[in-house]
Amino acid sequence: MRMLLKNARVIDPANNADDILDIRLNGNVIFETGKNLKAKSDKVINLDGYWLTPGLIDMHTHLRDPGGSAKETIETGTAAARAGGYTTVCCMANTNPVIDNLTTLEYIVNKSMINAKANVWPIAAVTVGLEGKQLTNMAQLIKNGAVAFSDDGKPIINTKLYKFALQYSAMFDVPIISHPEDTSLSEGGIMNEGYHSTLYGIPGIPAAAENIAVAREIELLRYTGGRLHFAHISTARSVELIRRAKNDGLNVTCETAPHYFSLTDESLKNYDTNFIMNPPLKTSEDVEAIKQGLADGTIDVIATDHAPHTVEEKALDIIQAPNGIIGLETSLGLILTNLVQTNILTPLQAIACLTSAPAKILNMPRGNLSAGSIADISIIDPALKWVVESSKFQSKSRNTPFEGYELTGKAVGVFRDGILHYDGDNFNPYKVYHDDILHITKNDKNVVGL
Amino acid sequence: MTRGYWKKNHILDIESLSVGEIHEIMKTTDSFFKLLQSPQSKVPLLNGKVVLSLFYENSTRTRCSFELAAKKLGADTLDISVATSAVKKGETLVDTVDNIVAMGADAVIIRHSASGICHQLAKALRKDIAVLNAGDGINEHPSQGLLDFHTMKRYVKDVKGKKITIVGDILHSRVAHSNIVLLNKFGADVHIVGPSTLLPSNVEKLGVTKHHTLEPAIENADIIMMLRMQLERQKSGIIPSLGEYINLYGLNREKLEKYTKPGVLIMHPGPMNRSVEITSDLADDPNYSIILDQVTSGVAVRMALLSLTITGGGLYENVA
Repeated sequence: MRMLLKNARVIDPANNADDILDIRLNGNVIFETGKNLKAKSDKVINLDGYWLTPGLIDMHTHLRDPGGSAKETIETGTAAARAGGYTTVCCMANTNPVIDNLTTLEYIVNKSMINAKANVWPIAAVTVGLEGKQLTNMAQLIKNGAVAFSDDGKPIINTKLYKFALQYSAMFDVPIISHPEDTSLSEGGIMNEGYHSTLYGIPGIPAAAENIAVAREIELLRYTGGRLHFAHISTARSVELIRRAKNDGLNVTCETAPHYFSLTDESLKNYDTNFIMNPPLKTSEDVEAIKQGLADGTIDVIATDHAPHTVEEKALDIIQAPNGIIGLETSLGLILTNLVQTNILTPLQAIACLTSAPAKILNMPRGNLSAGSIADISIIDPALKWVVESSKFQSKSRNTPFEGYELTGKAVGVFRDGILHYDGDNFNPYKVYHDDILHITKNDKNVVGL
Repeated sequence: MTRGYWKKNHILDIESLSVGEIHEIMKTTDSFFKLLQSPQSKVPLLNGKVVLSLFYENSTRTRCSFELAAKKLGADTLDISVATSAVKKGETLVDTVDNIVAMGADAVIIRHSASGICHQLAKALRKDIAVLNAGDGINEHPSQGLLDFHTMKRYVKDVKGKKITIVGDILHSRVAHSNIVLLNKFGADVHIVGPSTLLPSNVEKLGVTKHHTLEPAIENADIIMMLRMQLERQKSGIIPSLGEYINLYGLNREKLEKYTKPGVLIMHPGPMNRSVEITSDLADDPNYSIILDQVTSGVAVRMALLSLTITGGGLYENVA
């Protein structure tokens, strides 16, 4: 079926486009994009006031499947992604069993084909069992669907093995995704070491634990070549080190997460474990540096680091509760509210961090609205005011620090592979635009409510 | 006996041999090669000479090949068993060798895990003692390079412009190093292929074309040299697994017939890991494999090296 999406603000960073445009879909493919496209035999949806962007990509999601189904599954995690405007997530390797072998990878790929609500592109482990001793069969894993390698959750401590990993992965032009942490420095800590850790009496993790790891890995990359992507950058010094490395021409990229520009270490005051994650929340100076890094392009990507944990686990004390927060359903709202409406990023820049940038890093044929591309598209209502209520989340977990936050801007639907999934509370695709043209009806199979 | 025309009394590496010297070694090798095919097959060029073998690393073919070469030339051979030698008692290698030389040895053949050990010995020993490198660390294995060259010349006459591809663990291979240096001296088009972790730093500056995938590396090759994949390498983390290595770089009939041209020759310095770097049916296929020819050339090359370094001459020049 052909559909014509009319009058939306089309934000397509891959093509440097931000304009009121129409998009014509043919089946699951974008047929054309242009001004004032004429409806022929297309069914028309009027999107006046909405943004259309490439389907959002989260390159850092913990789906917890296999092995953590009490926290999340492929089905619930991708449902959360879709509700947040994402059409693609890259799931991290620290499942149980770890994604270090063909069988686990095939399980994820096959299960995703059956019941995922977003595309799932797996990230495989760098080392067997995340143990930092033995490289995984990277060639085999890439051939079967892995898009990158990461031991996320753990740094690779042995520098020689890290060298092998960068050299070996470079043969396939895929990145190693680093979890930059000097664990000998961070061990035993819970929150950022500084005034607030002293005030609250909580054991500290110096920001240097991240900075040292970033500096070390940049120097290694400078020697080995290859591609290195830093996950969850949270400190001012990391941003500066990566900025310099990029100026030196190194093949390095990085991401931050919404909480690192939305929250500071002051928010630990209630000893709420939903504010505990690794790396920990930093100071307001770090938050400013993260924003600056996003604005000047040092930080390429905003990823969620969606890390579901059960209510029971997060009900433990601050020492025992696991690190991590969920983010798929709050990410876009936080970006629009805290970065776009405050004019730190233009809409085009913000959407680039969620689409074209991760697609480029991971060599994905997604993240653009070019003619001929698969129709993965997000529909965003930039003016929609809403309140974060974790009880309404599609995710199986509830561990968000943003409960009760008032945000402006939300995804109200996505096209995935040409099929529209919409949020019935906030969007009506059946609204009549003109009497003399065809419209979507309840009988159209490729339009479904969430 | 006065020394002949050959001036060098050590064979430390290919690097320091000139094109002319290698030609001379090949000429001398040819004469011994012919001799070995004849019923006589022995010549008393080194009667009364003592050749000492010192192998600090495992070896079967190189050690036997040198010993056989010495015996074919009539020399007495002395084989130091490292396990019981004074080195184990803390003596330096130079002292050990000095003592044996004082007992009357004329040549020392040495294999050791320390790169450059032959250079150190050559400097420390009496000048008239021949030092022959039978493999030093990851540096060189010159007699292997020379015997490989001799084998190649029997099949392709001139290696100039020929595409010769070395496959596998180049980083740890002294055989690859000696071959790369030698083949470059003679204008061959040398290609190497292996995972980036097993190719040495800046290797392209040695004058080779580097690949990480097998197909372009062996496409149109005249000769493919497979290297032994040490089974213990994967334990060090340098490759993910033998299985992945075999998938990417192992040579089998299917890949050979798909990617290479007819008449391609396969070499291997041994010992082979059958079903790892090369499948058995290929290694044993006389249409492709010249692996056993390498071994035959080996004895002749080593006879040439021993006679040249100890007496300064070869077969016809000395026995008239």
